[in-house]
Amino acid sequence: MKKSWWKILCVALLVYTFTAGLLWNVPYLPALEETIRNLYFHVCMWFAMMILFTISVINAIRYLRTLDLKYDTYSRQYATSGIVLGILGYTTGAIWMSYTWADPNNPLFESFSALAREPKLIGAAVGLLIYFAYMVLRDSVKDMDQRARISGVYNIFAYAMLFPSLYIVPRLLPSLHPGAEGNPALNTNDVSPEMRIVFYPAVIGWTLLGVWITTLKIRLALLKERKLAK
Amino acid sequence: MRKLKALLLSLALFVVPTLLFAQDGKQSSFGEFMRSSGRIYVVVAVMLTILAGLIIYLVRLDKKISRMEKNEQ
Repeated sequence: MKKSWWKILCVALLVYTFTAGLLWNVPYLPALEETIRNLYFHVCMWFAMMILFTISVINAIRYLRTLDLKYDTYSRQYATSGIVLGILGYTTGAIWMSYTWADPNNPLFESFSALAREPKLIGAAVGLLIYFAYMVLRDSVKDMDQRARISGVYNIFAYAMLFPSLYIVPRLLPSLHPGAEGNPALNTNDVSPEMRIVFYPAVIGWTLLGVWITTLKIRLALLKERKLAK
Repeated sequence: MRKLKALLLSLALFVVPTLLFAQDGKQSSFGEFMRSSGRIYVVVAVMLTILAGLIIYLVRLDKKISRMEKNEQ
């Protein structure tokens, strides 16, 4: 195994997240109750996704500056892992919301139609769909250099689009999602100190897990490319 | 050697159910601990097992790719 200290750190932080995240005291709030523990899982998915997409766009810019195809592979693989984490964040959010936002007295369909109008949900879906389009665009170009250049430029646009779709537009519209007035989960008035002790390590742990998976995919992709070149 | 390892691992997994004392009259202290606080520790155990499985899978994949990189040179 290559450079394993941060992989060990990743495992340690995740074990800590899973035990402390489930066992430690959390403040009691009506409707949320114990589900606030999802902060260590659902919110971390989005944080990790954001970090991976940032690494992806940095590598896209590095490719455009140097035209070294290695960076294009990095950029692509980080975007893929980011998408996976984004889908997980979206799914877990959907589960969480259906037991906290949904009105149990409403028939399911009406309640769902109210939830489906939630701007944060639509924004997140738009952000992810733009990244899906990145994959479609990449794989539809056959020429390697052209593909790398087009997808590098598109990656910058996709990254720029994340900010309006995830952060700006949902905040302009009435939303049930917490944190619309500031930074959700980072605001010190939002998250109690005992939860922050678990939350920050959890973010680092999940991000490192994403990076670990991505480095494996990059190494495999580079191996394949070298094999093709031979 | 690898077959032996796999065999030992599967044997070790068969031992796991013996830790459970569902119908035992006198509870072991471990069983008591696992049943305390609304049995939340059972959830912790399940989640940690899944995490361990995922990590072991990743570590094996990492080693495999390292071996492939070594063989290449």
